[in-house]
Order: sequence, then C-alpha cells, then structure tokens
Amino acid sequence: MLSQEFMRNALLAGTFVALACGVSGWFVVLRGQVFAGDALSHVAFPGALAAAAAGVDQRLGLVLATVIVGAGIGVLGRATLSGRDGGVALAADDTAIGIAFTFILGLGLFFLTRFGLSSGGASGIQAAHTLFGSIFGLGAGEARLAAAVALVVTVATVAISRPLLFASVTPEVAGARGVPTRLLGIGFLVLLGVVAAEATQAVGALLLLGLLAAPAAAAHRIARSPVVGIALAGAFALVSVWGGLVLAYAVPSLPPSSAVVAIAATIYYGSVLLV
Amino acid sequence: MSADPANPHLGWNVLRDVGELVEYHFMVNALLAGAIVAVMSAAVGWVMVLRRQTFAGHTLSMMAFPGASAATLAGLPVAWGYFAFCGAGALIIGRVGGSERRTWSEESASIGAFQAVALAAGFLFVSLYGGVLGDLDSLLFGDVLGISDGQVLVLASVAAASLAVLVMLARPLLFASVDPDVAGARGVPVRALSVVFLAVLGLAVAATSQITGPLLVFALLLMPAASAQTITARPIPSLALTLLFGVGVTWLGLGISYFSVYPAGFFIATISFAGYVLVRAGAALLGVRRARPADPMPVDGVIA
Repeated sequence: MLSQEFMRNALLAGTFVALACGVSGWFVVLRGQVFAGDALSHVAFPGALAAAAAGVDQRLGLVLATVIVGAGIGVLGRATLSGRDGGVALAADDTAIGIAFTFILGLGLFFLTRFGLSSGGASGIQAAHTLFGSIFGLGAGEARLAAAVALVVTVATVAISRPLLFASVTPEVAGARGVPTRLLGIGFLVLLGVVAAEATQAVGALLLLGLLAAPAAAAHRIARSPVVGIALAGAFALVSVWGGLVLAYAVPSLPPSSAVVAIAATIYYGSVLLV
Repeated sequence: MSADPANPHLGWNVLRDVGELVEYHFMVNALLAGAIVAVMSAAVGWVMVLRRQTFAGHTLSMMAFPGASAATLAGLPVAWGYFAFCGAGALIIGRVGGSERRTWSEESASIGAFQAVALAAGFLFVSLYGGVLGDLDSLLFGDVLGISDGQVLVLASVAAASLAVLVMLARPLLFASVDPDVAGARGVPVRALSVVFLAVLGLAVAATSQITGPLLVFALLLMPAASAQTITARPIPSLALTLLFGVGVTWLGLGISYFSVYPAGFFIATISFAGYVLVRAGAALLGVRRARPADPMPVDGVIA
C-alpha cells in the first residue's frame, strides 16, 4: 500500500491536516464555533470562482475568501463568551454567520452562471472540484504544501492555547487580567480560515467539517482536562484519517472522505453512548 | 410587441413588464410556488431565529445531497429522497442534540458531526451509483422555472400542513423557545416540541430549496426573519413583517431573474441580504440615538 505514491501523499497531507483539525477543533467546539468553521468551508467555493472570474489564481481567491470571512466573523461577532448566557450570545452570532455565507454563496451562483455563459459546461466540473477536493488526487508538491500549512496552523494554535483557553472559558476574567480576548478570537478565526482554505483544496470541504467537529466533540465528552482533551482530539482525528485512508484503499468503491468521516463519527457516537 | 420567453424584453413600463411575466404558465407557477414557499419559510424561519436553531436549519438543508443521491441510487424521484432525509435528519438532530443539560457548544458539535456523516453518506451513494447524477444540478441550485401544476399543489399542501401545526402549537412553542427551563417546570413537553418543530423546519427547508436551491434556503428562511426581528421584538408585528419581506423578496427576485440570464437564487439572496443590511444599518443609527443619556430607553415587548 505504501509503495503507491498517491497513498504516501494522502497519508502525508492527511496526517497534518488531521492534527490541525483535531487541535483547532477542540477550541472550535469549546467556543461553540462549529457553524463558523462550516461557513468558512462554504465560502471557499465562491472565493475560488470569483478569482477565476477575475482571471487570478483560484487558490488566492480561496484563501482570501476564507481568511477575510474568518476575520469578519471575529470582528463583527461579539466577544466570545462561554457558559449558559454565552451560549445564547454565540447562537445569535450564528444568525449573522448564516446570513453572510448565504449571500456569499449567492455570489458564487452568480459567478458560476457567468462562467457557464462564457465557457460552456466545464465550469460546473471545476466548481465541483473546488468544493470537494479529493485526498487521493494529491500530487507530491500539493501534499507537502498542505502538510506544511497544517503544521504551521497546529503550532500556532498550540502557541496561543493558554491565553485562548483562558479567554474562551472565562472571558470577563481574562479581559480584566489584560488578555486581549477580542484579538485572540479574531486571530483564532483567521487560523481557522487558513485551515479551511487548505483543507477544502487538499482533502475536501466535507473532511474539514468531519475532522473539526467529531473528534473534538468526542474528546470533550471524555476528558475534562484541556491538555488531555486536546491530545485526545488530535489522536482521534489521526486515527480517523489513517483508518479511513486504509479502509478506502481496501474498498475501492468507498470514497476516502466518506471512510474518514465514518470512523470519526463512530468515535463520536461511541463516546455519546458510552460516556 | 408580443412576448417571447426566449427573448424577454424589459422596458420602462412596469405594468407591461409585469404583464409579460404573467403571460406564461411557467412564470405564474413559479410566482405561485414562490409565494407559498415564502410564506411557509417566513413563519418557520421566524421561530427558527427565535429558537436560535440556524445551524440545525442549515444542516437540514444539506440533507438535499444525501437525499438526492440515495433516491437516484434507489431509482426513486429525488424529491422523495430529500423529504425522507430531511425528516430523518430532524428526528436525529432532535434526539441527539436535544437531550437535557446540553450546552450550546455540545449541541453545535453534535449537529456538525451529524452533517458530516450525512454528507459522507451522500458521497458514498454517488460513488456506488457510479454515473452522473443528472437531476443533482437542478436540485442543488433549484429549478424554479420548471415547476409543474402538481408541484404547486404539493407545495401548497405541505405549507398548509406545516402552518397548521405551527398555529396549533404556537403558544407552548413560543413559551418553550423563550424560556425552556420555566416551560419545562410548568409541564410543557419541551423535548417533544423541539422534535416536532425540527420536523416542520425540515419540511420548510425541503420546500424552500425548490425555489432557491438548498445552498441558498437561508435567503428566505433566515434573512426575512432576522430583518423583522431586528425591527421589532413583538411577535405579531415582526411575524407580519417577515411574511411581507419573504414574499416581496421572492417575487422581486423571480421577476428580475426572468429578464436576466442569472438564476433566481442569486437575486433572491442578494435582495434579501441588501434588505437585512439596510435594516441593521437603520437599527444601528436608531440605537445610537437611543443610547444618548437624555433619551429614556423605550421598552418594547421584549421577548428574548
């Protein structure tokens, strides 16, 4: 299996994307921002289409879209609160998130039509590729780039983890102690935007949501301690990706992203039933 | 000049333009279906915003993908698959997400995990089917100009049934949405209400996506309700405003798209968004004035 080049590339990119998603996913779940992560994966598609319409590199449009929207959610959203009342404040943000990404997807439809008018039917296929990249279709260079970006995001998340944890759990206290809670919130969403941009083109938008939500949610149910929780989230994501890739290799009709999500979901629903 | 659907003519005479619109049966069906769906999603979306279940609504709209691909695999009409998956999704979100003592972050994580599973199933079905899903394109982006008399009838009955359920449950549902703890203590079946509402939300999402496509359902489900609730917090006026916004945006979007090469979903989403931005800007301006110390804070019937 490892003698196949596409499999080595998939494992390389998948390993680091899994780490980045697992570690940042733990904070995403803690801060109740799963919907924000989902929205970021949706705006990648209109971003790429807009760039293509403007004649710019699609990847540039994709990264710009996710990072700008990530920062936008951070700037416009209220300072993150946790706990009961915080839950309500965050949910109110979700209304704004839903409105913003619907508008951006509407623009995506506009660009898609524009393309369809000028270049026949090829645009639809291209759009589908942007939306759902395939982890088995990675070249060696793309895999290395994905791994490098994911590693940087993982390291950056770990680097800000102490103040971010403080700011997520007790934002008022953290603010009073001089922790820049708002800036941290924005910075974290920008990091999430980078993860979304990389993950949507390398492994597909579906894997992003699956790896962000399920392993981290399982880790939150099992472990109370942040250190153990973050480690568990990363480990669950890794197990899902490795297991899913091997499974998809063994069963050719099973798409790799479906296999990875199936394992991640099994871990999550297992934790719901058992813990 | 006689009208020609292949070559629409937009002039300065608004009456003549509208006349051209309603000359065609497919356009009349589109406008009718649009109005039915707009009313339904306005009412359901208003409760969704109140209950802060935007993410659940979005996840239900994503059921279009596994639903359509499962139906194609089984050789059934795609709409059946969509309604079936929406219904099942509503039950699962209601059961897993609605258990007692869940925090918001746990609930959103469980909804996100469920959405990933559903999409993964969709990919699996597409892969098993192996061919090209012909109807998937029109399903993902809506096919409002191809709506038949039969579909209008189906949409009307689905909307009537959902609205009837909402009206019957209005009082306990409002109570349970605004203050679930107190409502639960008074014996209101909060959990069962939540599942029933999610099922109605699933129906509304499935119906709305026939006009806008599943990716843009929030243009009718979320934006009119969010705009109206920004203007006033009192239930009856804001519900009436939501209906007005929803139908207005739908008809305007459908009308403009008839005279344009771009799809209705784009216009509906853009007009709806523009309306929301205007409302928020207006509210922010008024809010600044209200915040001045000289002005006493007006207390509307605050419900949230």
